[in-house]
Amino acid sequence: MEERYIRNLGALSEAECALLREKTVLVAGCGGLGGYLIEMLLRLGVGEIRAADGDRFEASNLNRQLLSAPALLGKSKAEAAAERAALVNPDVRFVAVPAFVTEENVKELIQGCDAVLDALDNIASRRMLARACSDAQIPMIHGAICGWTAQAAVLLPGDGLLETIYPEGAALSSKASLSFTPPFCAALQTALCVRLLTGRGIEAGKLYVADLLDMEMASLF
Amino acid sequence: MIEVRFFATLREGRGKIAEIGAEEASAASDIFRRFDIPAEEVSILLINGFHSKPEDSVKDGDVVSLFPPVGGG
Repeated sequence: MEERYIRNLGALSEAECALLREKTVLVAGCGGLGGYLIEMLLRLGVGEIRAADGDRFEASNLNRQLLSAPALLGKSKAEAAAERAALVNPDVRFVAVPAFVTEENVKELIQGCDAVLDALDNIASRRMLARACSDAQIPMIHGAICGWTAQAAVLLPGDGLLETIYPEGAALSSKASLSFTPPFCAALQTALCVRLLTGRGIEAGKLYVADLLDMEMASLF
Repeated sequence: MIEVRFFATLREGRGKIAEIGAEEASAASDIFRRFDIPAEEVSILLINGFHSKPEDSVKDGDVVSLFPPVGGG
């Protein structure tokens, strides 16, 4: 085993580490959640990471987005992710897609993926991605944040969990996000992803909600 | 009494838990109105831990949990 993965051992078996090297994931969004997801997946040594985002950095991203920096304002988020990937773990195949995930490109983006990580920032895009993943029989690892709150869930094909999480008419009332909420949420998603990809099993149909203000974590449904 | 549990941003100005008289609400949506919460700001509604809809009835002794939509990334 390569030395860079030695500290994974004990928490993961050598066979599980090798299994991760064979997996392909899509990170949909390279903003608050996406930056941290990419970092964690790179360091774990997932085989191929695709990262899609059509956005460019702006000053309001600096309070929380790992890939952002004052010198990078105006730069493509996906391109910044590719540069980070080359720096952190060049052994990972990294495919940067400087485009938003849309009805038009989603099929191609998720094709061949073992899991899709939701790092999107709106409900409509999540619904579209969840439908596509369900159709393609690919599990989607949902994550979302608001202020001090983070939530994560594994959506299995056809389980309809996203419609339970976001019923028709649900509307986001706040865009607040703090520096520590995205990495916390990304950690929940990555842990779920590793469990899924290594075959350790996940409890289907659960939504995990963490409130970092009151230090509470609940498992719903 | 009906126990109402608020989560995340719904706690602002309301606290974590409130109790109301059973006569104040016959459906969960009455609780939204009682606490001045627009319907679109409740994405998950649990009655005694079970996923429920705003039109579902509530009664004395019920525990109603309200979660707002969390959707940023």
